[in-house]
Amino acid sequence: MAKEVSPGVKALRKVVDDVHADARQAHAEGKLVGWSSSKFPCELAAAFDLDIMYPENQAAGIAANRDGEIMCQAAEDLGFDNDICGYARISLAYAAGKRASRKFDPETLEYVINPASGKPLKDENGNVVIDEATGKPKKDPKTQVPFTVLDDIYEIEALPETTEKEIAYKNFRREAIKPYRQMRIPQPDFVLCCNNICNCMTKWYENIARMRNIPLIMIDIPYNNTVEVHDTNVAYVRAQFDAAIKQLEELTGKKFDEKKFEQACANANRTASAWLRVCDYLQYKPAPYSGFDLFNHMADIVTARAKPQAAEAFELLEKDLEKAIKEGTTTTPFPEKYRVMFEGIPCWPKLPNLFKPLKQHGVNVTAVVYAPAFGFVYNNMDEMCRAYYKAPNSVCIEQGVDWREGICRDNKVDGVLVHYNRSCKPWSGYMAEMQRRFTDDLGVPCAGFDGDQADPRNFNEAQYETRVQGLVEAMEANKAAKEDAE
Amino acid sequence: MSIEVLLNQFKEVSEHPHRQIEAFKAQGKKVIGVLPYYAPEELVIAAGMEPMGIWGSNKKTISHAKEYCATFYCTIAQLALEMLLDGTLDQLDGLITPTICDTLRPMSQNFRVAMGDKLPCIFLAHPQHRKPAFGLQFTVDQYSHVKAELEKISGTPITDEALREAIKVMNRSRAARREFVKLAGQHPEAVSAVNRSAVLRSAWFMDKTEHAEKLEALNAELAALPASNWKGTKILTSGIICDNPTLLQIFDDNNLAIAADDVAQESRSFRVDAAETGDPMMALAQQFADQDYEVLLYDEHSNQNRRGEYVANLCKESGAKGLVLFMQQFCDPEEMEYPYLKIALENAGIPHIKLGVDQQMRDFGQASTAIQAFADVL
Repeated sequence: MAKEVSPGVKALRKVVDDVHADARQAHAEGKLVGWSSSKFPCELAAAFDLDIMYPENQAAGIAANRDGEIMCQAAEDLGFDNDICGYARISLAYAAGKRASRKFDPETLEYVINPASGKPLKDENGNVVIDEATGKPKKDPKTQVPFTVLDDIYEIEALPETTEKEIAYKNFRREAIKPYRQMRIPQPDFVLCCNNICNCMTKWYENIARMRNIPLIMIDIPYNNTVEVHDTNVAYVRAQFDAAIKQLEELTGKKFDEKKFEQACANANRTASAWLRVCDYLQYKPAPYSGFDLFNHMADIVTARAKPQAAEAFELLEKDLEKAIKEGTTTTPFPEKYRVMFEGIPCWPKLPNLFKPLKQHGVNVTAVVYAPAFGFVYNNMDEMCRAYYKAPNSVCIEQGVDWREGICRDNKVDGVLVHYNRSCKPWSGYMAEMQRRFTDDLGVPCAGFDGDQADPRNFNEAQYETRVQGLVEAMEANKAAKEDAE
Repeated sequence: MSIEVLLNQFKEVSEHPHRQIEAFKAQGKKVIGVLPYYAPEELVIAAGMEPMGIWGSNKKTISHAKEYCATFYCTIAQLALEMLLDGTLDQLDGLITPTICDTLRPMSQNFRVAMGDKLPCIFLAHPQHRKPAFGLQFTVDQYSHVKAELEKISGTPITDEALREAIKVMNRSRAARREFVKLAGQHPEAVSAVNRSAVLRSAWFMDKTEHAEKLEALNAELAALPASNWKGTKILTSGIICDNPTLLQIFDDNNLAIAADDVAQESRSFRVDAAETGDPMMALAQQFADQDYEVLLYDEHSNQNRRGEYVANLCKESGAKGLVLFMQQFCDPEEMEYPYLKIALENAGIPHIKLGVDQQMRDFGQASTAIQAFADVL
């Protein structure tokens, strides 16, 4: 991927870093920090100035940092089946106090380096240095890291600290927890759950509430069978907003600040609109960036959409993209030969593996379902209820197909790559029928592959590469047939 | 009628549900398929039609349903779709598709798409906030939709009076099933695990009044038995479904009797009655609101381990010495609640085993070994 980072991307990164830093600081100061599902109406919490962390976003980050497997296994050791959503498993292990940590020698308090880690050592000419003893490339010591081990913050806190040695050991063990932000988020004081994405969310958050003995504020969005959101459904959600506000008042001891709420709503709308405009830049041919870049910006739309900084950063990115279009540049590091929609959540632990065959065949991801998934735009409270009613997994098949076919047409895709995500039953549950419709309605080929959003054990690289190859051949045949017809 | 004759009659129905559909159709009745969970069968009865529970199949193999489903979906839902596609359920006049779990959500769409104009699919979304006034109202709204769709199929409006009568029918059926569970737990010498399941399973397929009458007769016979001197060990079963006779035979072979259950297809479905007076739609909504200790439903006291402790208590109260959890493969609500069930059981000193099951299982060798070992430990 492109190494040079545009001002918009830089600003977006800072927004997320700040959200995390603020939450850590709030926790250190004894203020409340909550955990929220990604499509909970964040405007409600923003009206109370609450610091919120987002376990789905956190789990994606942990998975992308290659700690998905150790955290998933930790949850399995607590009794959570490996069938359960990988995000939920990572989050539940984290809530239980489990952490991916760096192995160290308890006597010397020095890290134990994993000899298999690190990048190949290169000589001054840029050639890989081969170890004569093994015949394999030598590792660059600067890039080597300690072994990853599992630790538990509650075990650490229970350690004695009477002697200097004990204190030093305890402190080092605290420090050894991996330092990236998703492994350092504060434990929750309350949880905010909205099950518009899935019902697994309900039990996931109930489990966190039970583990930590903390309040749970629940917004229930039952599945909808029609494109229209009926007034009765809106009334149900609206009443829950009122109930949630009351619960937040009790939790914080503050009165609901309508002005702050309105401001949060205005910010969220502004962010969502800017997000949608950024997504629309994928309509250009060739696209000024790749859908994979969009995945990276999801952290902002999830964790900061009610903040003005998020809106400003997306607006800045918009300017970058405008400039890229004028200058004919793109962050996609290969010439765009084919354009596809990537259906589903990416396999975070395997992003480079996902990208490799796409790059090899000149396939750019120019449409992702996340564009409409976070485009919550509304003008009043009832419209806000309707907006939150329409999450990807809470809508009927007709709405789901319509969204996708809309972006496929607008973003001019030649094919669809479908992730059958082992972690996400509601998402993958009607994909087979959707695939048939995409092909019938749009005349584009589809290919499905098996993977997982967080657990690397569920991804088969060989199968993925074969499926991408198959899709490319079908797109090529389609293109040739079109050219012949012309 | 003797206990044996009655049990055989239930068994016959349980083994051959399609014969029930044929019999209903021969009587000129319309039949509505009812998928899990918590669909108000009262509305079907009040419309003068017969509800037919669809809980997958222990005999079929998934083939046609693969056109719609990836492999990692509960076989109950997949085999329901299979039977809709392979002609087994062709005689149905309608289908109620609840959506309380993550498999049933998209499956409701697959059922509707797959059936097209062939079979009306009646969508049902239950609320998770079921107790507050707004939750009760939402349930009433959803049930009103189901009612209107059923009226279209039956061709006649459902009156409040008919609905109250249907509530009485269902309350009677539920009471008879609760009583049977108690008596079967007290008399393992008369009711084997296999027969217990057949009695409870057949309730999903028979006319509810007919089933209740027959069951009341069986209950009377069981109540008249002398105190049991059965020598064996009683256990509690938990899970979504455990109605496979081959699997249950292993319990009988190992002298394990089911004292009571926490099974969705069994006791969880008939724990709670609806009020027989007042607004009958609100009575049904209230009945749903009163469902509790349920892996599928939101618990507003979620910081406590109420469900786990309830099941542990059920073991103690029923005299069960241990718990057998039938973990339905790919059932995330059950899987999500397992760690805290385990904690509650351990705190109460109740041993348990977890058996992974699905409806396409034909070889129970592993389960047999586990059950036998568990029986030895108890």
